Amino acid sequence: MFIHKKHPWQSREDDVTPKGLYLNRRKIIASGGALALTGLSACEAQSGQDGAAPAAAGTRPTSGELAHRSGDYQVADPLTPYPAVTGYNNFYEFGVGKDDPARYAGALTTDPWSIDVEGHAARTGTFALEDVVDFSDLEERIYRLRCVEAWSMVIPWIGVPLASVLASFEPTSQARYVQFVTDLDRDEMRGTRFPVLDWPYVEGLRMDEAMNELAFLAVGLYGEVLPNQNGAPVRLVVPWKYGYKSIKSIVKIRFVSEQPETSWNRSAPHEYGFYSNVNPNRAHPRWSQRSERVIGGNVFARRDTEMFNGYSEQVAHMYAGMDLIENH
Amino acid sequence: MARNPLLRTFSRHLLKPLTFWLLALPGIWLAWQWAMLLNGQPHGLGFNPIETTHRFLGDTAIRILLISLAVTPIRDLTKWGPIMMVRRRIGLAAFWYALLHILAYLGLDLFIEAGTASGAMAALWRDVTDRIYITLGMSAFILLIPMAITSFNGMQRLLGSRRWQGLHRLVYPLAILAVLHHGFMVKGFQLAPWIHGGILAALLVYRLVGMKARKRPQPSASKS
Repeated sequence: MFIHKKHPWQSREDDVTPKGLYLNRRKIIASGGALALTGLSACEAQSGQDGAAPAAAGTRPTSGELAHRSGDYQVADPLTPYPAVTGYNNFYEFGVGKDDPARYAGALTTDPWSIDVEGHAARTGTFALEDVVDFSDLEERIYRLRCVEAWSMVIPWIGVPLASVLASFEPTSQARYVQFVTDLDRDEMRGTRFPVLDWPYVEGLRMDEAMNELAFLAVGLYGEVLPNQNGAPVRLVVPWKYGYKSIKSIVKIRFVSEQPETSWNRSAPHEYGFYSNVNPNRAHPRWSQRSERVIGGNVFARRDTEMFNGYSEQVAHMYAGMDLIENH
Repeated sequence: MARNPLLRTFSRHLLKPLTFWLLALPGIWLAWQWAMLLNGQPHGLGFNPIETTHRFLGDTAIRILLISLAVTPIRDLTKWGPIMMVRRRIGLAAFWYALLHILAYLGLDLFIEAGTASGAMAALWRDVTDRIYITLGMSAFILLIPMAITSFNGMQRLLGSRRWQGLHRLVYPLAILAVLHHGFMVKGFQLAPWIHGGILAALLVYRLVGMKARKRPQPSASKS
């Protein structure tokens, strides 16, 4: 049905087919939800695009199932269970506790949502999210997520390649970097009333990093619309970098010529660099990055952290000749 | 106050056991949650139980330490003398939670990562020398050890009360080290270490003011 590119880190389909929970969710959705209307079985629904009717151009669901096809990117390890993915989050705009985002992010209004596009690009201005992300052409990608705090997850994201979105704004040759800005609403984001970081949260990528095949804009996970605590309605996913680079709830994209400021780098420059590539050889000044705690499985499970989080084949060439300890 | 018979009965018969069980409660809760977890039952340790355990034991140790520092001021302010009977067990509880905190770090992090006990010890030493917040935390714990060892009545007699008291003033620098350990550990600008630090600062200021007040009358007394 699908022709998969074979990557070394790819595994057989049944390895990555999610465990009971994922199937159960799918079944419940398929039998009770929108898919039931089309009269398809849960099995067919799993193959995505055949299942649900594609969203009409310029519209997006704000809850529930997202029509998508399965993508080429998978990993061998089992998926992190849905409750862990959506219950253990760093999203300091809603509080510094890991369960704060799940508790408080519901206050965020994600519809309507628009994104300001600024800087060195032919198409700039304010765009509705539906016009930035084509909800009729979503794919699922299973990526590792490695947090700088030395824990990791495996998450099935739904979204679109960042490259295609950025290309649609026709950046000029002066656009050497791209900066992203998170929403800042002191009423809805209770964590921003306290200066944990200099709000709003900002992140950035070098243009070639942003155009890399792995860079992804997610609007969903586990087949459904992104829960608010995971960065609804649209977030970045750059799986070869520490999790904080994957900025959430994006309201602004700026094409710039100089390396942009990033929040954690501004907060503690010796701890968090601009690149923030996952690198087991460069210890965080306060803890080792050699291995990571695997969230959601056996409580004692650890795995060795891999260079670029296991994505060397796709990304290492971008850093050829660079000292990655110096440029951490 | 001692004339209140209810309070006197409470002080004489209930204060010590009640304090013991209150101090043991966090440990009992933690052990219970781990038992649930290991039996595959729903538990309150979240999705990263090891991290939760580290934070919980560390927070508990610091908070009990702060409570132990508050005992004397509470006695001064309320004139309720019997509270001094539980000061030692409060201080010792801080030591036990700090010890558990270190053992949990050693066992659940360093040992699992290294695979051998010697590897875990080597990693601990590396952390102590390389990582400022662990240097601070370990220094605080090392200062707690002589206080715990000399907490018995016999040791107090052996040392003499002046020397014993001098030794136990270590609690002030070690409390500062413990709060700094917490502050240097968290990411970004977070509130919790500042709250602990604020309470500690208030307790230290109280002691300093008290010491000055006690010293001041002396010169005038020698003049007269």
